[in-house]
Parts: sequence; C-alpha cells; structure tokens
Amino acid sequence: MASQQDSPLTTYLDHLERGELAYQFSPIAGRPVFFPRVLCPFTGSDRLEWRVSKGLGTVHATTVVYPQEGKPYNVALIDCDEGFRLMSRVEDIAPEAVRIGQRVRFRVHRPGGGEALYPVFVPIPVSVPGEGA
Amino acid sequence: MDGLKRGSAAIVGVAESDLGQVAEGMSVIDLMAQGVRRALDDCGLGLKDVDGLFCATAQSRLSVLALAEYLGINPRFLGSTIVGGSSFEYHVAHAMGAIALGLCNVAVIAYGSTQRSVGRKQATVREVNPYETPFRPFMPSSAYALAASRHMHEYATTREQLAAVAVAAREWALLNPAAWEKKPLTIGDVLSARMVSYPFTVRDCCLVTDGGGAIVVTSAGRAKSLRKKPAYVLGCGQSVTHANISSMPDLTVTGALAAGKAAYAMAALGPADVDVVEVYDAFTINTILFLEDLGFCKKGEGGPFVADGRIAPNGSLAVNTNGGGLSYCHPGMYGLFLLIEAVRQLRGECGARQVPGCEVALAHGNGGVLSSQATVILGSEATA
Repeated sequence: MASQQDSPLTTYLDHLERGELAYQFSPIAGRPVFFPRVLCPFTGSDRLEWRVSKGLGTVHATTVVYPQEGKPYNVALIDCDEGFRLMSRVEDIAPEAVRIGQRVRFRVHRPGGGEALYPVFVPIPVSVPGEGA
Repeated sequence: MDGLKRGSAAIVGVAESDLGQVAEGMSVIDLMAQGVRRALDDCGLGLKDVDGLFCATAQSRLSVLALAEYLGINPRFLGSTIVGGSSFEYHVAHAMGAIALGLCNVAVIAYGSTQRSVGRKQATVREVNPYETPFRPFMPSSAYALAASRHMHEYATTREQLAAVAVAAREWALLNPAAWEKKPLTIGDVLSARMVSYPFTVRDCCLVTDGGGAIVVTSAGRAKSLRKKPAYVLGCGQSVTHANISSMPDLTVTGALAAGKAAYAMAALGPADVDVVEVYDAFTINTILFLEDLGFCKKGEGGPFVADGRIAPNGSLAVNTNGGGLSYCHPGMYGLFLLIEAVRQLRGECGARQVPGCEVALAHGNGGVLSSQATVILGSEATA
C-alpha cells in the first residue's frame, strides 16, 4: 500500500472548499463509502475512488438538541441519493419542523474562526399540484 | 459463543461499591477495590485466590495496572477490553475462556466511576470526529434520539410508550433500597420534563451517578464449594455493528439480535425460558429495541409491548428489576450492574423486587451508541 499523499479528511475538506460534497466509491464492492477512509469496509481493498455527490438527499433520522444555553438546533442523518449516509443538520426551517423523508439539498457551511467547513442541508421546496412550483 | 462450553464457569460473587454520590476524593480505583473486597466476601474467596483481573473505566488509561497495583496482586491473566457499557459482558466471556484454557482460575471483573462527583466532562475524554462533532450532537443522547426517531417513524412508536419504560424502571427502583431515585414517576412527569434531545426528555435518559462494583468468576467445579449458589454462565454472545451512529447499518435493529442469537444457541434456550431480563437502559428506546432484538416481542412491537405495565412489577415480564440505569444508578458504563442484579435474582436475594422461581436470567449490555452488544445468559444449578 503506497504512502498517502493527502489524508482522506484533507481531500474531503478540499472538496468542501470548492463547494463540493465528496464521498468515496469502492469499485470492487460497487458501493459508496462514507466517512472517507483508506480502506474499503466492504472488501478491505485500498482501491477507493473519490466522487462528488449531486448534493441531493433525504432525511433518514432527525432530532432536536436543546442545549442548556442557546437555541434548540437540528441534528439529522441524511441519505444522499448516491447511497451514502452522513450526519448533518437541516437549516432554513425550524429544527422541530424537520421530517423524516423530507427532500433536502446540500450547501457548504463556513463557520469561520479557522474552523473546518462542513456540509449542511436545506429543504427542497415541494411543488404542490394546483399551487404552482 | 463457539469455543465456550455451556455452564463451565459461574459467577460466584457480586457486589456494588458505594453508589450515587460517593465521598469526596474517592478515586475510580478506590471504588473498584471496594467492589472487589465485597464481591470476594460474598463468595468467601480472598485476594490470594485471584489470578485473573479484568476491569474497565472511562477514567483510568491503564486501569487494570492501577487496580493490580492497588490490590497488591500480580495476576496471571489481565483483561481490560473497553467497548463502553457492555465491556463487562465481554469480560465474562473472556474470563470463561481463560478459565477453560487454564490461564486463570478465579477472575475478578471490576468497574468504577466518579462521573457525578467530578462532572461528566471531566470523567469522559470527548473525541473529535470531523464527520459528526461539527453538528454538536449531545452525545450520547442525540445518537439514541436519532434511533428513536426512526423507530417512531417506522413503527408508530410514541413518546408515551417510551415514557412507559421510564415509569416501569421507577416502579422497580422503588422496591430497591440501593436505588438513587426514591419518588414515584408518571407518564406525564416524563413527557413534561426538560427536553434534552427530541424525543427524549431528561426522564428518558439514564441517571448520572457515581458507582462501581465487582463480580467473581470461577470454574463450575470450584463454584460448588463456595459460599453462595453459583450463577452458571449458560450462554454468551457479542456483536459490534459500528462505532458512530452515522455508520449504524439499521437504526432500528441492533447487534443485540446477533448477540442474543449466539447466547441462546450456546445456552440451548430461548426467550420463553428467561425468567428475568436485565437490559442496558441508557435511554428509554434501548429497552424497546433490546426486547425486540432479543426476541421478547416482534420487531416494531416493542412500544405497545412495554405499555400498560407489562415490564413493571407484577407485569408479565420482569425487566430491569433493580430500577435500571434510568432509576437505580448509572455511572456511565452500566453493564456490570446488569450482571450483579441477574445473579442476585437467581440466588433469590432481591427482597421486595424478587422474581419468584427465577432460574434463568439474561443480562444484555450495550456500549457506545448502540455499538457493542453483548448478551450473557445465567442459570441456577437446576439449569446448568
């Protein structure tokens, strides 16, 4: 196994810097892999390809955290359409309004203060028949 | 588990250390040592007999060395597998294997925590996971809450059904003089308590106490000559499905399914044979998930199953008879207390909370965020 030039995390963060949600794909297993790593958990092979997600997904599970101080916020598990799952949060709606099955779209969150970028999601508006898009 | 012989070892001594809020300055090794002394007294063995030493704690990096030093012993066999709250169920299987191989004959398994006294932040080193930590899940509660949200979505499980788990635990705790909680609890109390991570209020979450203890495991042959009735290890099973909640294969099916299956197979028993069930109730959803995965009800039916007092005192299935992590004590890695209570129930030592005619007890440990699951089935002399 060759030396790693960039860590899986660095590559992932570099993609985020470019506004992309990256994941890995195992060509032997024919399955996506997330979180990024140096070995495929399905085959043990180090053959992993980087791919960029279309950034569309569905809320798989959701909770609202009520901190001792500060406002409640959402934490969710998102199933991306490419078949991988990640932890994130859904923004732009009240945290308790996030629903399992809801369609969501990725965007980059830039926390500032030297903290690493991370992916968040926002609801995709659902077109209601008779009410336009 | 393949390779272990049903009934070849037994738990012969059990004890809690001080529980709840312990004296100022007590260390986790102090608590382990208290547990060891009391557990040895329980079976009539001495430190000189101990040649296998196991322990786990979140507060000592090389805990088994610290404990051996403290006790002044140099055991032939050491084990400090640490997989969270189920570590001690793993230790039982490992001790049983070591005894069978002649690597040791008397194994002590110990635990200690001062998380209430020193504060949870001091007691547990938080690891940063770049794929989870930025979202500030309140761990471990939020991980279990995510699993609960999925169970509610797929099976229409309700917050009232989750609350019924906490109420049943409290009713048992009121029968246990050692329990931390002393006042009755209603469904309404649970639902109206401070929200922590939806759907959990603070009453859906385990206690934060100090505490520890120890158990003594030896060969079935040696067990017969000791002070108390042996609790024979009839079955063991283990399963690790993930470490982080975002990697859990199915949020509504835990490794308890595989762990339980292996333990039942080794014991040649099934859920219908179990008289008392001790499952790790870190959160109310746990009891529902584990009763399903261990075969006490069908997948998805855990919510209705726990409602209406079925798992409370005088219900049809005795579950978490000491009051559980929800109402008895929860120092952070609760798995040892499941074994202690299971043994006491088999011996008939449980006073007001004693389950009549208890011959087979199941202890199911959980570690991490539904990550490491381990089942131990114990039985009386009649079942061995």
